[in-house]
Amino acid sequence: MLDHDLIRRTLSIALHTGGELAEIFVEDKASSNAIFDDGKVENLSSGRDRGAGIRVIVGDTTGFAHTADLSEAGLAEAAEAAGAAARSGGGGVQEIALTRQDAPRPNDIAILPEEVAKARKVALLRRADEAARGAGSAITQVTARYGDSRRRILVANSDGLLTEDDQVRTLFTVMAVASADTGMQTGYQSLGRTIGFELFDSYDVEDLAREAADRALLKLAARPAPSGTMPVVIGPGGGGVLFHEACGHGLEADLVAKGASVFAGRIGERVADPRITLVDDGTMAEEWGALAIDDEGSLASRNVLIEDGILTDYMWDLLRSRKEGRPRSGNGRRQSYKHLPMVRMTNTYVLAGPDDPAQIVADTPTGVYVAHLGGGQVNTATGDFVFGMTEAYLIEDGKITEPIREGNLIGNGPAVLASIDAVGDDFAMGSPGMCGKDGQGVPVGDGIPTMRVPALTIGGTA
Amino acid sequence: MPLDHPELLAVAVRIAEMAGAGEQVEAYVARSTSTSVKAYGGEVESLTQASSAGVGVRVIVDHREGFAYAGTLDEGAVLEALAEARDNARFGEPDEFNALAEPDGVAVADLDLWPAGLEHVATADKVAMALELERATTGRDARVSAVRVAMFADARGEGAVATSTGIRAWGRAGSCHLAVQALAVHDGETQIAAGLSVGREVSDLSVDEAASDAILRATRLLGSTKPATQRLTLVLEPRMTATILSLVGGMLNGEAVLKGRSPFAGRVGEAISSPLLTFVDDPTDPQSLGAETHDGEGLACRRNELVVHGVLQGFLQNSYTGRRSGTASTGSAQRGVASTPGVGAVALAVAPGSGTHEDVLGTVEHGLFVTSMAGLHSGVNPVSGDFSVGVEGLMVKGGELAEPIREATVASTLQRLLLDISAVGADLEWLPDGTGGVTLVIPDIALSGT
Repeated sequence: MLDHDLIRRTLSIALHTGGELAEIFVEDKASSNAIFDDGKVENLSSGRDRGAGIRVIVGDTTGFAHTADLSEAGLAEAAEAAGAAARSGGGGVQEIALTRQDAPRPNDIAILPEEVAKARKVALLRRADEAARGAGSAITQVTARYGDSRRRILVANSDGLLTEDDQVRTLFTVMAVASADTGMQTGYQSLGRTIGFELFDSYDVEDLAREAADRALLKLAARPAPSGTMPVVIGPGGGGVLFHEACGHGLEADLVAKGASVFAGRIGERVADPRITLVDDGTMAEEWGALAIDDEGSLASRNVLIEDGILTDYMWDLLRSRKEGRPRSGNGRRQSYKHLPMVRMTNTYVLAGPDDPAQIVADTPTGVYVAHLGGGQVNTATGDFVFGMTEAYLIEDGKITEPIREGNLIGNGPAVLASIDAVGDDFAMGSPGMCGKDGQGVPVGDGIPTMRVPALTIGGTA
Repeated sequence: MPLDHPELLAVAVRIAEMAGAGEQVEAYVARSTSTSVKAYGGEVESLTQASSAGVGVRVIVDHREGFAYAGTLDEGAVLEALAEARDNARFGEPDEFNALAEPDGVAVADLDLWPAGLEHVATADKVAMALELERATTGRDARVSAVRVAMFADARGEGAVATSTGIRAWGRAGSCHLAVQALAVHDGETQIAAGLSVGREVSDLSVDEAASDAILRATRLLGSTKPATQRLTLVLEPRMTATILSLVGGMLNGEAVLKGRSPFAGRVGEAISSPLLTFVDDPTDPQSLGAETHDGEGLACRRNELVVHGVLQGFLQNSYTGRRSGTASTGSAQRGVASTPGVGAVALAVAPGSGTHEDVLGTVEHGLFVTSMAGLHSGVNPVSGDFSVGVEGLMVKGGELAEPIREATVASTLQRLLLDISAVGADLEWLPDGTGGVTLVIPDIALSGT
């Protein structure tokens, strides 16, 4: 992506007034999106973002500058700015020898986005619209969206690291609106993988569209959600966001180090039932958070965070792992070259447990069954978290009965984690997610088997 | 306003003038510079100096629309974006209402939104403010001895729109802010809360205001417990009111109405809220940090009344939705460089009612004063209006603030919340996102707790 001598010269400039580490992150991202809305292909758009972020670390201070100008002069100016921002008053010339490191990719790409005719991308959209509208006459509006991106990155630093990745993502989403005398309801479904257009050889957009439409139709007849605290059974796949919010963010080393996590100082302690093993895994082939290297050049890896209920590790970025003198975990990520990296999740999931999912429901006299969750949010300092249920039912006499309307659930991460009393043997990954932290969004995946939380608060009205 | 920085407009005009016969071309060009200083533990944790620029090109041919953008103003990339937008237009389906905006004669408000002093503030002074903010936050209350981060940030940007239909627009604005997240620790419990101070110039900022705000918000939640499930009166502080207002503003968007995704479609002239409520979107009000001279299609921004004494006045429109709905653009096109213009509000504000915050609170016998809401993106559906969010705050007993609560939700529908408003305070507060809120009271809401 960039000449190696130019990289070396740029890193030298960044360090010429002193500093312990200089890093250059180069990104070249091409993306395309097509939107079908209101019965027609609304438009096709494409974009190109290319630039470099340069940071210099001096003690506990990071200086950062970025530029869209990848010429020698443009890079030198950004390197000067980053160095000046971090200036320690030291200085001197530093020779940098770069050693290229190849990273194993989580999966191969068969069909790159740029090799696919635009007409083929657009054709998927109409098929989705027709399938969603065919699901029922109450479907009154459909929005289908196709998106792909190819993000090539290069990371080099003054420790001699030089590595690259070529990240491809393909996404398809459908939102349907169903209308009746009772008002309007929406249903949403999405599919995303870190592969190219071959995604559509394995998945039918019609299936996705029907799932979105069925979800909207189901809710037309839904009862108001109950209000208060009760047992909640979460279905396989749909509920991974529970762990992402309930404990994932709290295990990010930057928050832990600042005392902003309820999980600080708890390594080695029992935090959950022995049936719970939680993993963050950037190497999981094709899943939405998969990568070969993180945005600091560390190899993606499979990290066990909770093993048989015992808290075993946090997630780390370059700054925190250097400070603590421990290996990096491949969790240093950034939204783009314009952002500083921080600790982020990749694919976060709970391994399958021993219990029969049908029995878990049968053993729950009354409660709520959540088949599909929307997003969530956590206050890592208190551990309180919310997440939205986008498809949920009442459990009455051990049976899943009537659908209920949308709403948030609220709970406390450590308390919920410690209380989970059933873990199914039916693991599934969920829908592609976009995780936000301090204003930066990165793609993440999650997954869980069926599980039961004995007491969660349902934010309904009934 | 004189065009003393016409360079960016010239870039846009040059692209627009490349339009061929039977083709409309629009260029939206934007450029910004920003600084961010984060302080932690008495040191500068990070200092970021950034400048960005980009161009979005929209092409309409035979009523088909195509779009492309480039994150640079580099000549080659700009030409590539134009070529891509033209190619993309071949795949859009024709829509008789697809067309670029045309000059509509509405006068551009005379607004000075440019912080002329900001560019003369030395980086060292910005660093000093971030460090001072951390010291001020950690030095006043024994329970607050650390922050997660204390930050100074500023941003200045300019944008230009030119089209082959005769639009020529240029504007610029800037602002800066101080923000701190305070950690309050007591008896093994930790609470975190943010304090802010926002303005156009550094002289508008107050370290004391941001620090005091963060300390108060973090410490008053210490000892909070989960409340019982019950029905009670909600008292929303101005920033919570502004958040809910933004959600309602999104439902009064002409695009959502046309596409059958707004519960308020077809209700212009009807009462959709309590008669106590009046709110407008007025980007020409310089008190709002969302104030702008031009919208994303280059039309003059203007004052739009949305609800007056409870009665719905109309919807926000861009030129497409205005044309298709048989009305006209309200100057409400919203966009970034990387997207085509949508529709949205930028300076929504509630018209002040009567009484101070204390007066309004004093009328509430049994309620919850809400100081934070969580899960807005997962718990509020702008199509159905279903509303269910996590809340923290202080109970209200006999008109006075009482014990803190957490881990609870409140639920209703946005439609119901608007109709049930029983008091609107006069305590207008402008927020960093450009919205203006007041204290609001809504009785008989479902609170879920134990």
